Amino acid sequence: MTTTQPILQLDHLGMTFPGHPVFNDLTLTVHQGDFWSIVGENGVGKTTLMRTILHQLRPTTGTVRYLPGVNAVKIGYVPQFRNIDPEYPLTIRDFIGLNLTGWKLPWLSRRERQRVTQILHETGLDRLATRPIGQASGGEKQKAYLAQALVEQPNLLILDESTASLDPVTKTELLDLVTTLNRDLQLTVLFVTHDIPLARKYSQHYLMLTPHGTEQGAIAELTDQKVWRGERV
Amino acid sequence: MFSYEFMRNAFAAGTIIAIICGIMGVFVIARNMSFLTHTLSEIGFSGAAFGIFAGWSPLSGMLLFTVVSSVIVGQLSVRAERREAATSAISALFIGLGILFLSLANKNASYATNILFGSVIGISTHDVYQMLVLSILVLLVVLVIYRFLKFDSFDHTGAQVKGLWTNALSVTFLVLLALSVSVAAQIVGSLLIFILLTLPAATAKYFAHSVGGMMGLAILLALAGVWSGLVLSYVTNYPVSFFIAAIEAVFYFLALGWQHFQTAAK
Repeated sequence: MTTTQPILQLDHLGMTFPGHPVFNDLTLTVHQGDFWSIVGENGVGKTTLMRTILHQLRPTTGTVRYLPGVNAVKIGYVPQFRNIDPEYPLTIRDFIGLNLTGWKLPWLSRRERQRVTQILHETGLDRLATRPIGQASGGEKQKAYLAQALVEQPNLLILDESTASLDPVTKTELLDLVTTLNRDLQLTVLFVTHDIPLARKYSQHYLMLTPHGTEQGAIAELTDQKVWRGERV
Repeated sequence: MFSYEFMRNAFAAGTIIAIICGIMGVFVIARNMSFLTHTLSEIGFSGAAFGIFAGWSPLSGMLLFTVVSSVIVGQLSVRAERREAATSAISALFIGLGILFLSLANKNASYATNILFGSVIGISTHDVYQMLVLSILVLLVVLVIYRFLKFDSFDHTGAQVKGLWTNALSVTFLVLLALSVSVAAQIVGSLLIFILLTLPAATAKYFAHSVGGMMGLAILLALAGVWSGLVLSYVTNYPVSFFIAAIEAVFYFLALGWQHFQTAAK
């Protein structure tokens, strides 16, 4: 049973695009330190839900609330793709530093540079710090996206299909790292994925979106039968 | 050469323009706005023609037209799929208006030539100060919003997720771009201004290792083009804009060749 305080509350959330209901009456409480997998087939509304949580989309019904008691919820978001020109002279170090917008001078302060160095080390990107991000491999890019999301020390991390295009070894590396942060720093994680075995391996809870509704529970309750049923309807 | 006041003014103006174009050009390239910059330069032509028609200075007309239209163009171009067509339509409309205003102002073809291709001898000390003030204004705003602008230009998705006001940033950038176009058009002309706002930065991206480095190199390349162009124009008496365009294009093609060579060698 979860004993930590709630960080995110979705109340009777619904989203309808013209003539096309996406999800309806979704209520979910996410506690600090939770690791949720958001599963469901393509087009069922997983990314729409994440964009609603990020306040990029306004829900048709219901509310998204970040709960008081948690010091200013900071969100880190790691998408599957980023549109970055391979020819930009934007190194991985520079790319991570983009997310530090607090200091007003154009260049990073010493403390900010140290923070970037620390996150490069934590994500295993030390050796690649000077590589242009556009020329990095898929796995290196995902690590850089993760590092950028983590540099501002978020308390909620959203991985939106971040592992979808990675090979099994890189997937494991990335999620092992996220799990360590989840365990050691109480980082709350929402992991959007199609990969049910991966969801079972790493998360504690699941939220399954299907064309006919949503279902949630402990990850152990996500049986093959439920997955099959969700995908069939 | 420097005993002539107009040449001293031209070098001072050229230096200011090269610095402003080097800095703004990096964001133009990162935001894929080369075509929009071209359109703004045509709008600048129309604005200058309107300024002459209204009895103002060409720069005042340019400022009015480019700033107002940059906001309109920005709004029309929000949807990427209609960006090119909307920009083309606006471009066509403003070239037409420029020709109309010149005709209404009863000015001869040399006026149009000066606006379109720029003029070295036409730059007074007053013009240089005017450019300096406008350039300092642009640089100060860029300095204040630098981190946000860099984030949004090089990683738009990340900036959106961060909750930066990306639409406001976009409009602010377009207004700054409009000011830069108006400043730079004084020497290279409105038709060729996009050269300095795109080619030095586009060349620099192949050699630089950081965004700051790209900016520095773009400024150097723009300075090299403008200064060499002014000297060659003085010596040969051919248009300065031709030399600047040719030099910057050569730099760019050499960079492309270098990039091709590097890729083939890997």
